[in-house]
Amino acid sequence: MTPLVLAASPVLCVAPLVAAINWHSFFFLLFAAIACVFAIAVVMADNIVRMALYLVFSLGAVAGLFFLAGAEFVGAMQLMIYVGGTLVLLVFGVMLTAQTPFVTIKSSGGDKVLAGFVATALFGTLVWSALSVPSWRQPASGVIAEPTATPLGMALVGVRVDEAPIGTPAGATRSGYLLPFEIVSVHLLVVLVGAAYLARAKRRKTPRPVEVVASVEPPASVAAHEAVGRGKRSGSVLAEGST
Amino acid sequence: MTSLAGFPPLFGFLVTEPVSVSHYLVVGAILFTAGVVCMAIKRNALGVLMGIELVLNGANINFVAFASPYLQSTDGRSLGLDGDVIAVFVILLAAAEAAVALAIVLNFYNNHATVDVDRADDLKG
Repeated sequence: MTPLVLAASPVLCVAPLVAAINWHSFFFLLFAAIACVFAIAVVMADNIVRMALYLVFSLGAVAGLFFLAGAEFVGAMQLMIYVGGTLVLLVFGVMLTAQTPFVTIKSSGGDKVLAGFVATALFGTLVWSALSVPSWRQPASGVIAEPTATPLGMALVGVRVDEAPIGTPAGATRSGYLLPFEIVSVHLLVVLVGAAYLARAKRRKTPRPVEVVASVEPPASVAAHEAVGRGKRSGSVLAEGST
Repeated sequence: MTSLAGFPPLFGFLVTEPVSVSHYLVVGAILFTAGVVCMAIKRNALGVLMGIELVLNGANINFVAFASPYLQSTDGRSLGLDGDVIAVFVILLAAAEAAVALAIVLNFYNNHATVDVDRADDLKG
C-alpha cells in the first residue's frame, strides 16, 4: 500500500491547485508571457534575422490575447495580415539587405544605457496609469462574449446588428463604419501602388546616340555634369547588379 | 483563500483571479516600451520598422481590451464594436506603412549600400 500512497500523494497535492486555476487567466498569462518575453528579445537581439523570428512569436501571442479577449475577428486579422503579410514583407526586406556587415549592427553602450533609463520611466508611467483607475482593475464579469465577426462585418458596410449601448433610446439609428472603411480601402490601394512604384527596379538609361557623338569633345561643363552622374550611378548597387 | 496555499504567495492570485482590463494594459505597456526602445537604439532600418510594429501592437492590445465585453466589470460599459474596428484599421494601416517603409529602406539600400540609419545624413546641414 505504501508505494501506492506515495504515488498518489503528488496527485492529491496538485488536484486542489488545478481546481483553483482560472483557465482563462492561465492562458492569458501564458500568451502574455510569450508576447512580452519575445518583445524584449527583439530589443535585446543584435541579429536582424533573429529579431524577425522573435517578432513572429510575439505578434502570434498577441493574436492569442485577442482571442482570449473575445475579439476573434481582430485576432484572425492579426494572424493573417500581420504574421502572414507584414512579417513576410519584413523578412523579405531582411533577406534583400542581409549582407554580412549589416546582419548585426550593434548599438553603442551609451545609447543602451540612456534607452534603459527612458524605458524605465516610460514603463513606470504607463503601468502606474494602467493600475490607477479602479474600474479597470475590477475582475472580468464573466459575460460570455458574443462572436464579433458578423457585427463587425455588417458594421463595416454600414448596418449595425450589435446591441445598442446602455442609455441609447430605443429605435435610434446608429451609424456604421462605411465611410472609414472606404477611406481605409482607398488609402491602402494608393499606398500599395506607391510602394510598388518606389520599390520598382530602376533601369539604367543607355546613352542616346546624340550624346555619344557629342561626347567626343565635350565642353568642360558637360564633362563635369556627366562625371557627377556617373558617380551617383556607381553608388547604386542593385542597378549595377541587374544590368 | 485556502486555495492559494500551493502557489507562490506573490503571483498566485494571477492564476486564480479572473483577468481585468489592467492586465491587458500592462501587457500593452510592455510591448509599447519595447517598441519605443527598439525604435530608439536599433541602427538597422529594418529593426526600427520592427519597433514600430511592436508599438502599434501595444496600442492595439489596449483597444481590444477596452472593447471587450468580457473584460468589463459591472456597469457593462465598453467601447463595444468601436474598439474592434479601430484595431482592424490599425492593423491595415500598419500593413500599408510597412510596405511604404520597406520600399524606402530598399531605395536607401540601393543608393547608399547600407541599411544603417546613422549613415542617412545626406540632408544634414
